[in-house]
Amino acid sequence: MAVALPDFIVTKLDWVANQARAHSLWPMPFATACCGIELMATASSRYDIARFGSEAMRFSPRQCDLMIVAGRVVMKMVPVMQRIWLQMTEPKWCISMGACASSGGVFDTYAVVQGIDRFIPVDVYVPGCPPRPEQLIRAVLDLQEKIKLTGTIDAREFAKRQDFEGPAPLAKQLLPDETMVVPGNFSTATRQRFI
Amino acid sequence: MIDIEASLKSTFPDKVYAKSEFRDNQRIDVPVSDLIMVLTYLKNQLKFDMLAELCGIDYLQYPSARDRYGVNYVLSSTETNQRIIIRTKTNDPDPVVPSVVPLWEGANWLEREVFDMFGIRFEGHPDLRRILLPPEFVSYPLRKDYPLRGKGERHNFHQLTRAES
Repeated sequence: MAVALPDFIVTKLDWVANQARAHSLWPMPFATACCGIELMATASSRYDIARFGSEAMRFSPRQCDLMIVAGRVVMKMVPVMQRIWLQMTEPKWCISMGACASSGGVFDTYAVVQGIDRFIPVDVYVPGCPPRPEQLIRAVLDLQEKIKLTGTIDAREFAKRQDFEGPAPLAKQLLPDETMVVPGNFSTATRQRFI
Repeated sequence: MIDIEASLKSTFPDKVYAKSEFRDNQRIDVPVSDLIMVLTYLKNQLKFDMLAELCGIDYLQYPSARDRYGVNYVLSSTETNQRIIIRTKTNDPDPVVPSVVPLWEGANWLEREVFDMFGIRFEGHPDLRRILLPPEFVSYPLRKDYPLRGKGERHNFHQLTRAES
């Protein structure tokens, strides 16, 4: 039974690029805590994120286009996380996995960042402590939908988003006499001098 | 078993150090001025060759405490299997304790951690820098008057937008 295929089809380049990108997301596992274990379970055979084209975990940010931040991020880790995010090639997306990455979780102390979206842009949040692998797969599916709906071939949709999209800094919740901001000359190797 | 209290008394007859005991723990309170002398004696004569622990304490709002900071040295002897806790106290505005790195090399990082968390300076330390917190950090988080949520140190980083990343 022969299927009559057309000699050519007409479509948008954006659509083609979105299909390709959405179904081959290469995650960068930024796993800092127990959510990383669930992330590994998601990648392994029982849950098998390869069914959705996202099984190619790469530990170099240059080869990835999806950063999965799994676990709490402390203050000292923020420059590292920002540098890894900047090193990833465009277009790129970010999943904040778990309560700690999304909001600081139970760690409301001086050292732990209260949500990574205060410092880098986040596309999908996954609640849970830690989230089940199904929830992470759901997040990947949601991200695929987002890419298909908003993506463009030259990623020009990102250029319009010039305002900071995260929540307001926590410093406003402190009394003025309690606020004491670190000088922050960013002189050590893990910090960026100019961003 | 060496009677530490008796040997201290016979070696330093004009000094009186308060001694307390809790279960098996013997604790001797030594003022900062005598600290190095007593610790040197304990190490060289009574063979306390290991510094098991060194920790700082903030006694702010602690009932019946007269001094603000304490530094405790837990000494252990691998020859006699004895343990002794030496406690010393120091106060604001410039809490200073002499360093014991010349006696026990292992005190190096322990003293740096106490400096990092409490701001207690160890005079004579070869390399007194912050060990855990970033060098830009300006306050001492384990002091009791430090707020649990910090003083704004978490908010000093650049916020990346979509367009620039």
